[in-house]
Amino acid sequence: MIIDDKKVEDLAHLARLEFSDNQKQSIKSDLVRIIEFCDKLNEVNTEGVEPLIYLSDQKNILRQDISKPGLSKLEVLKNAPSADSDYFKVPKVITK
Amino acid sequence: MLKNDKYEVVIGLEIHSQLLTQSKAFCSDKVAFGEAPNTLVSPISLGHPGTLPVHNKEAVNMAIMLGLACGCDIREYNTYDRKNYFYPDLPKGYQITQMDTPICNNGSVEIVLADGSKKEINLTRIHMEEDTGKGLHDLDIENTLMDYNRAGTALVEIVTEPDFRSGDEAYAFLSEVRKLVRYLGVCDGNMEEGSLRCDANVSIRPLGAKEFGTKVEVKNMNSMTNVKKAIEHEFERQCEMADKGEEIFSETRSFDAMKGTTFSMRSKEVANDYRFFPEPDLPPLVVSQEWIAEVKAKMPALPKELYNKFTKEMELGDYDASILTESREVAEYFLEICENTKNYKAAANWTMGAVKSWVNSNATHIENFPLSPATIAEIIASIDSGTINFSVAEQKVFPALLDSPVKKVSEIIAEQNLALMDDDDALQKLVDEVLAEFPDKVAAYKSGKRNLIGMFIGQIKKKSGGKADPKKTNQLLTKALS
Repeated sequence: MIIDDKKVEDLAHLARLEFSDNQKQSIKSDLVRIIEFCDKLNEVNTEGVEPLIYLSDQKNILRQDISKPGLSKLEVLKNAPSADSDYFKVPKVITK
Repeated sequence: MLKNDKYEVVIGLEIHSQLLTQSKAFCSDKVAFGEAPNTLVSPISLGHPGTLPVHNKEAVNMAIMLGLACGCDIREYNTYDRKNYFYPDLPKGYQITQMDTPICNNGSVEIVLADGSKKEINLTRIHMEEDTGKGLHDLDIENTLMDYNRAGTALVEIVTEPDFRSGDEAYAFLSEVRKLVRYLGVCDGNMEEGSLRCDANVSIRPLGAKEFGTKVEVKNMNSMTNVKKAIEHEFERQCEMADKGEEIFSETRSFDAMKGTTFSMRSKEVANDYRFFPEPDLPPLVVSQEWIAEVKAKMPALPKELYNKFTKEMELGDYDASILTESREVAEYFLEICENTKNYKAAANWTMGAVKSWVNSNATHIENFPLSPATIAEIIASIDSGTINFSVAEQKVFPALLDSPVKKVSEIIAEQNLALMDDDDALQKLVDEVLAEFPDKVAAYKSGKRNLIGMFIGQIKKKSGGKADPKKTNQLLTKALS
């Protein structure tokens, strides 16, 4: 994988992060090092090995369809960076 | 039907259907529409650190049932995936969905078009996922306001093959799917409230071409009519672009119901990148044959099966069968009448006539109709046996029963003295009386004015208070006048 400025900008956008030009350069070199490090894993021959997704062999952990009261509105909104008495407030996401 | 001599429209639909579970897909928050904002929310639906989702078994049952109803293959080994994106409608930063292992594959739904022709619409897949929260964009000038009551509600997404060639076909499919989910009781099918939502992938291609054009995704159509309109608008728009030599690019557009047009929603330079990966918080779901059999056993009769039963076994016409199967409740009411009568045609007529008009004029549902199907069967039996005739049943007995639904049909007939006269002597007496009253008319009849018989019957009916059996009256009159 090639990590160039464009890739860093795309990743920053997906993560909703903003970097200054200096930060961009240091993130880029960090990412390059991380990718190189991970590439080491590619040296192992994994042919015929199923990907490991789950660390336990549990299956069908299901619950019955019973509703329970959730949090109070006060608790729900407690950690919100911005809220009124009813809603979370976020920057406008639609511009018509 | 869309007509264009150069291009044809190709449409595939994606239908999101909210499942009618009591609690959400992965936590036990209550599912309800129209509650005060942010009151049906838990740390799991808010995506707080350290929370763990657990799948709702009923949501899986409903997905399997819908799949069975559409003739899908039900997947045995299911996993879940995270669809990652930062948007305030999902506080976790990802949506739990099934990217690689949809629980249902293939299958189809048959639609009936306006001209009566039928078409099979193939399904690609039905997968399980969770709904998002709701953003209110117009309440506050500077902010979008978020309500997470809906976040985490169990959904299934039905994805069709690009099998539609007109807005009318898409409309017919949506009505069929809505009928089906309502029959199965897995979704209330309410497009206005958003419990059934439809996105359309629309592209055009030159007539006769095999390959598909670039598709445009259209969202935010909150009624079946709007889906049809949006497709028709999009077809025209794309044809115009193609004629001008403009390139149609892949984008998401929103339908503007006021203008009947679509507008671009997302800037195209930033392509979506959802970075799907397996959801490690949810262990795999294994659907056994026994489980599928259990769901099958609980499945109600499907509209198509009932239609076939009504037309073939019960020998009703196509029109009657279509009307009776429009909703499960109406079909069930009709079937319950038929448990007590073999006169299926009469049962159909009463269901579609007097019963349905009561339902309509009271703006309610058949579940609230006060008379039991057995009572309707009793009315039918009283007519069939000749105790009362249809007009007495409809105009006197039926309204009287509505006033006192606990009474029996026979009680009403006795109380109001509605039974047709079955006493030949009494009827003969009325015939004699009338003939004695109108000697001149009798003479006229005998001299050839045969249509006067109607006048005599009318007089006798009047004297009997409407209870003279018209057939018998006619017989006795003809005899007396000969």
